[in-house]
Amino acid sequence: MNILSVGYALLFYAATAIFVIGVGHKIRSYARTPAPLPIPTTPAPTTTAGVVLRLTREVVFFESLFRSSKWTWVFGWMFHAALLLVLLRHLRYVQQPVWTPVVFVQFFGTYAGFAMAAGLAGLWARRFLVDRVRYISTPSDHLHLALLLAIALSGLTLRFVAHTDIVAVKAFMLGLMRLDIQPLPADPLLLLHLTLVALLLIVFPISKLLHAPGLFFSPTRNQADRAREQRHVAAWAAALDKK
Amino acid sequence: MATAKFETPRIGPYPVIPLLVEGAMAHSKPFVASAQIQQAIGFPGELTEGWQERALAKMGELLAKYRSLRVYMDACVHCGACSDKCHYFLGTGDPRNMPVARQDLMRAVYRRYFTFAGKHFPKLVGAVDLTKEVLDQWWSYYNQCSECRRCSVFCPYGIDTAEVTMAAREIMDSVGLGQKYANEIIGKVHRIGNNLGIPEPALADTLQGLEEDTKEECGVDVRFPLDEAGAEVLLVTPSADFFSEPHVESLIGYAKVFHAAGISWTLSSKASEAGNFGLFIGNYEQMRKISQRVKDAAQELGVKRIVIGECGHAWRVAYSFWNTLIGPFDGLDPRYPVPQHICELTDDLIQRGALKFDRDRNDDRIITFHDSCNVARGSRMGDMPGGQFVIPRRIIRAVAHHFHDMAAGTTHEATFCCGGGGGLLTDDLLELRVKGALPRMEALKQVVDAHGVNYMATICAICKAQFSKVLPYYGFDMSLVGGVHQLVGRAIRLGEPH
Repeated sequence: MNILSVGYALLFYAATAIFVIGVGHKIRSYARTPAPLPIPTTPAPTTTAGVVLRLTREVVFFESLFRSSKWTWVFGWMFHAALLLVLLRHLRYVQQPVWTPVVFVQFFGTYAGFAMAAGLAGLWARRFLVDRVRYISTPSDHLHLALLLAIALSGLTLRFVAHTDIVAVKAFMLGLMRLDIQPLPADPLLLLHLTLVALLLIVFPISKLLHAPGLFFSPTRNQADRAREQRHVAAWAAALDKK
Repeated sequence: MATAKFETPRIGPYPVIPLLVEGAMAHSKPFVASAQIQQAIGFPGELTEGWQERALAKMGELLAKYRSLRVYMDACVHCGACSDKCHYFLGTGDPRNMPVARQDLMRAVYRRYFTFAGKHFPKLVGAVDLTKEVLDQWWSYYNQCSECRRCSVFCPYGIDTAEVTMAAREIMDSVGLGQKYANEIIGKVHRIGNNLGIPEPALADTLQGLEEDTKEECGVDVRFPLDEAGAEVLLVTPSADFFSEPHVESLIGYAKVFHAAGISWTLSSKASEAGNFGLFIGNYEQMRKISQRVKDAAQELGVKRIVIGECGHAWRVAYSFWNTLIGPFDGLDPRYPVPQHICELTDDLIQRGALKFDRDRNDDRIITFHDSCNVARGSRMGDMPGGQFVIPRRIIRAVAHHFHDMAAGTTHEATFCCGGGGGLLTDDLLELRVKGALPRMEALKQVVDAHGVNYMATICAICKAQFSKVLPYYGFDMSLVGGVHQLVGRAIRLGEPH
């Protein structure tokens, strides 16, 4: 037990709390804000099952993006799919024993790291090469990509170039889950990797990363097209009827 | 009014995404509504001291009232998927006409006053103070969006710039900065009953004239009834159908369909307008009040059905919003949808074999169909998704021999706005309207060259007026545009042996 371990333990507790509370707060505000009028982008499904299918296609395949821009879709989808595999692979560091599916995904998750970095590099290149995308890019857009790319590259380096004491890292992570702080290896690259991940969790609720929960609350995508059949009323709009 | 000179874009051999020309349309601004126009519909007369605080308060109010706005302010990742989708960008090259950049004009202010990142690190996230300069940019660029929702089709999160534009216009109206064209029309619809300001006697006179003309043309007593209590159908149609060319030809078409099917119908002098400009300015109360006229008229006349004529945004409001705004519709015939589109009515009659046509009468026409944005992306016809694309085309094929669709990617839900929708159909925005029509003109040119198309059918009064005006700028004849029921009216057999 040392200051470093305690410091990182506190950092991760704080980052997780900010992430969970912050995103939870945002989701609650989205859910509580009424959608007074039915505005699905048509043609839209006419049933709830159809809406679930539409959203599933958006989440899994990025359907609309596929229609808009093939390059953005290639890089964006590659990055997100790889990120999912990488996250699943990392579950092994917070589990004992490790679930069979997580064991199975290790190989894919490991090499997905390269796809993740490649996807991010492609997305970042667009911000320089396409004049329209360059025009709309803010410093924050670049920093998000820098952050994610740094996480990917530091992770890949830890895995393929400069191994860290992964057994100790896992003991530290398992300890965090039991509120029992274990020593964390003082490996600079590892510390960088962990700091960046914590930073990602912290900025999530105050940044454009909210696109993830936002999609599920987007009225143009999550509403069914049944305006004539079913009356749709929000509370503040219904109050006008009583006047 | 005299518009400053501008260059009509050239139609190239194939469409290209323009390079950015910063500030290319910064000078485009509509006329500001007078205090009298503003006050007549409940807005402050002019921009006065303290407008910033009031604008921000209004923005906070809208963020709490509209989930769309709240989510869309947060969700954009600046991916650029929408950046080449707006007809106004494609026609002008002005980067602020990219949907994302248009939204960012509001998002920058939202971030500054409503988010942690923007309050503490404004430069990092592109947050700005709401200054007069920013308001001027809003005034210019939120009046360069026709609320056509093409961008919302392509956005991976479904972000709909129309929702942002409507909110921006609502905020500007609430601090006394209103658009003359749209707000003057809203005043007229309340005062007189329709957007064109046609009083009842003039309307009655026009309809009588139409009865005479139609009798002369086809030898049959086709009626154009006004305020006839007890009719089965109340037809609510854009007032342009009464006075403008080519609109009136479609009105004649509707009348002939009713006549042939033996359906009693009437127009209403009180609700002599299908259009609802409350939509364009994003004002829920206005939209509701304008809609309520129709319900009142339907009840007074004791009709059983409400049918909407060829008008795009009117159909969006009627189809998507009426049930919410003024529903439920008790007392109407439950066998028919409320409201029903005139194309649904005609198509249903055709499918049941109740109408007979002589398609040869349209033989001189080689036809294409322009999907109107509000019909395509904001509503539906029939009982399956996409019916709004199938039904008008099915009608055209039933009444004419020659039909050719324009290129994929320019029709159906990817259709391009005519360039004059969303409250921009005014001569003070002529340059914008001409340039914004470019993508449609390019697609039209292709079918004109390939198939000799000489008639672009559409089911929207704004599309018809806009195209009549801008077609000549691109070297086309203005009579190239017309209604679907104009074709129906020409081919339909009345009182002839089948």
